[in-house]
Amino acid sequence: MSAKVDTSLPLEYQTEQDRMNILGFWVFLGAEIVLFATLFGVYGVLYERFAGGPTHKDIFVIKDVMIQTVLLLTSSFTMGIAIFEMRRHNLKGLITWLVITLALGAGFLFMEINEFIHYAHEGATMQTSAFLSSLFVLLGTHGAHVTLGIGWATMVIIQLLKRGLTPTTARKTFIIGLYWHFLDVVWIFIFTFVYLKGLVA
Amino acid sequence: MGIKWDEFFITGDPLILGSQIAILLTMIGAVAGITYLKKWKYLWTEWLTTVDHKKIGIMYIISAVLMFFRGGMDGLLMKAQTSRPEMEFLNSQHYNEIFTTHGVIMILFMAMPFLIGLMNVVIPLQIGARDVAFPQLNALSFWLFFSGAMLFNISFVIGGSPDAGWTSYFPLAGKEFSPGIGNNYYAVALQIAGIGTLMTGINFIVTILKMRTKGMTLMKMPMFTWTTFVTSILIVAAFPIFTVALALMTFDRLYGTHFFTVSGGGMDMLWANLFWLWGHPEVYIVALPAFGIFSEVIATFSRKSLFGYKSMVFSILGIALLSMVVWVHHFYTMGSGPAVNSFFSITTMAIAIPTGVKMFNWLFTMRKGRIKITSAMLWALAFVPCFVIGGVTGVMLAMGAADYQYHNTLFLVAHFHYVLIPGVVFAVFAGLYYWWPKMFGFMLNEKLGKWHFWLFVIGFNVTFMPMFFLGLNGAVRRAYTYSAESGFAPLFMLSAIGSIVLAAGFAVFCYNIYWSIRYADRNISSDPWDARTLEWSTASPVQFYNFAKLPEVKSLDPFWHMKKKNEGLTLHDSEIEEIHMPSNSWLPIYMGVIFGIAGFFLVFEWHIAAAVAGIGIFAGLIIRSFDYNEGFHVSKEEIHRIENAWRKTEGEVHDHVS
Ligand code: HEM
Ligand SMILES: [Cu+2]
Repeated sequence: MSAKVDTSLPLEYQTEQDRMNILGFWVFLGAEIVLFATLFGVYGVLYERFAGGPTHKDIFVIKDVMIQTVLLLTSSFTMGIAIFEMRRHNLKGLITWLVITLALGAGFLFMEINEFIHYAHEGATMQTSAFLSSLFVLLGTHGAHVTLGIGWATMVIIQLLKRGLTPTTARKTFIIGLYWHFLDVVWIFIFTFVYLKGLVA
Repeated sequence: MGIKWDEFFITGDPLILGSQIAILLTMIGAVAGITYLKKWKYLWTEWLTTVDHKKIGIMYIISAVLMFFRGGMDGLLMKAQTSRPEMEFLNSQHYNEIFTTHGVIMILFMAMPFLIGLMNVVIPLQIGARDVAFPQLNALSFWLFFSGAMLFNISFVIGGSPDAGWTSYFPLAGKEFSPGIGNNYYAVALQIAGIGTLMTGINFIVTILKMRTKGMTLMKMPMFTWTTFVTSILIVAAFPIFTVALALMTFDRLYGTHFFTVSGGGMDMLWANLFWLWGHPEVYIVALPAFGIFSEVIATFSRKSLFGYKSMVFSILGIALLSMVVWVHHFYTMGSGPAVNSFFSITTMAIAIPTGVKMFNWLFTMRKGRIKITSAMLWALAFVPCFVIGGVTGVMLAMGAADYQYHNTLFLVAHFHYVLIPGVVFAVFAGLYYWWPKMFGFMLNEKLGKWHFWLFVIGFNVTFMPMFFLGLNGAVRRAYTYSAESGFAPLFMLSAIGSIVLAAGFAVFCYNIYWSIRYADRNISSDPWDARTLEWSTASPVQFYNFAKLPEVKSLDPFWHMKKKNEGLTLHDSEIEEIHMPSNSWLPIYMGVIFGIAGFFLVFEWHIAAAVAGIGIFAGLIIRSFDYNEGFHVSKEEIHRIENAWRKTEGEVHDHVS
């Protein structure tokens, strides 16, 4: 509870409360890892249960998936630059790179929604087979996290504009950065274990 | 939407009609009473919006007592129904609903909040902190739990209760075989409460890692703090699995997906695996804190340090690890094959080793101690033999081959009640008698406490011991009746009589609370048990900032040593500094309410209404993000005044245990 400020540390680590928030978020990410691991497990169990419906090869469009991947990976990189700018106390640079990150994230989402529409046109919906149920829920959970991340980061940007860089806003930015990188890591697993595996299977 | 309004309220059963009237009258009575006493403002500012860990803990405990009452009523109804063969007190459907709600309520809405409530009250005090790491999140946890619990509880009067057992196995729990909305309550209400629990886990991990007072290294933490820490880790590791399982259940039931269905390639055993991947650790999530409570109580009343502290810590860690790799023992009979069954038999039996270590540690703590037989200590003493019965029958059940005989019989039901009641209920009773003075500044009556103890323990054994033999003779669980020719009647009758004695014990407990609130001595020491840990070094009831000066720890049992060496007990004016505290907030209760509303709509599959309520959830999150309330500072004068008030009277109090 103490408001003691240790100015030798980066902005987001300066107060005890901020340090606790960051640790708390790491623990939360631990829970998120379990959550996604469970979803991957479910997908792993159900991924060949087509029930006569479409298979991986029937629906996956690798070109679009590649574009999604590039968009999201790049956004993780730009998020890194944003935090770097924050460490340099460059508010303008921070906000610019955050906006670029979110634009890339939005591009990813746009592609993903198109992908879902495309699947539905092919007659592949959540209700078709166990494979598709688990596919949609795994991808959808990730996509919902990205959506939430965009909304949340927008809130943080507004606060940065209003309040400038303070230990609190810096901590919030740092945490959303962690979250964003986490979603990127999850995507790498999706890309590998859902799309690539589906295409070679 | 197509809701059938005539099915909205459950009608036609006199028992349920009676409850509906009782609920209505209670609600009117409560509202009228609070209005008459002009207590709304007090309730709102002191309790509903509080972020104080002690008050949140007390709210958890009150809810848990109410839920114990509800779950206990369910238990009694079942015992009444099976007291004679071919009884027609409850029909089969009603019996199904009752064992389902009983199981869910007892584990998730009684055991969990009872323990989390005690953790909330005690942990920050034991580690010498002023609150938990995230006080507002803590309030949110409580309100989400409460919201989920209430949503689950109204099911029997509005819309119908879930009826597929507390395990809700598929395909039975799916839409095909349970088309009503009852099982939606299960999926949605447990989800809401589960999110709250997950937040509690995160909160306590950070609290214990980051907020320990100066000098309290990990290996100097009190045992209850240790068990809470490990339990919190288990919560973070296991609850997300349940979150996913419940979400998939919701998708299957509401949106026609095929995770667990028989058609469409779904796999019913996937549910069983996910459920128990969470469910078995859950058993230890409730058992470990209980072990911690017994450790505190036994050490205090044996007037000795806990025997084998290090081995205690390692056995807790061992139990936690093993608890993640035993889940298949719940379905040996469901086709896993001999190799898999053997593996899980061995891991399950291995849990008996660290548990045995703990048992001997408790016994050795008592050895040569100057034991004080208080009510709290009685519960700990009774725990030892009763829990051993539960444990030994557990090892019997752990043998995969033998389980083909025991599976789905009352033998199993007797086993887990012998684990859960001594392991959790005895513990929370011990904890309540022990920490009650710390929470409220007066003690529970010891004489009534002994009545409570003897009735409850005898009743418990008479209720559940016969069930072992019934089960061995072939009486199956979850069966609403049996024939006269089966020969089960005498033991069932005995068991029903036991449950009445047990209920009488609980009634004495409630009366004890009432009696103590009215008549108990208010002039007691802040350390009435001559205890060992830091929570006893501050006032009773604890002042809202916990410690005027954060204590410094040099050894295990720090307060005991402070008393022996007479150091660190006094407070000089020069040591008083301003204290920073968090402000109250209306957001947590708002979130609880809005989650409850959204959940209710979702249960009834009114998707548009649920989506609208969902907007309210996002609104709450956004408001929280823009909330920059920095809390407030307590002035030196105020601290001075509060500290003087309790420290001055300390010499003149009535002694209880010395
Ligand atoms: C207070 C006294 C209690 C009584 C009289 C009681 C009685 C019963 C009875 C009669 C059953 C159903 C047996 C059957 O399958 O037909 C049952 C099931 C169960 N009880 Fe209790 N019980 C009590 C306390 C508890 C406590 C404290 C817990 C947990 C902390 C608990 C957890 C359960 C669970 C999980 C089930 C299984 C429900 C299911 O089959 O889905 N009970 N109990
Ligand atoms: Cu188990």
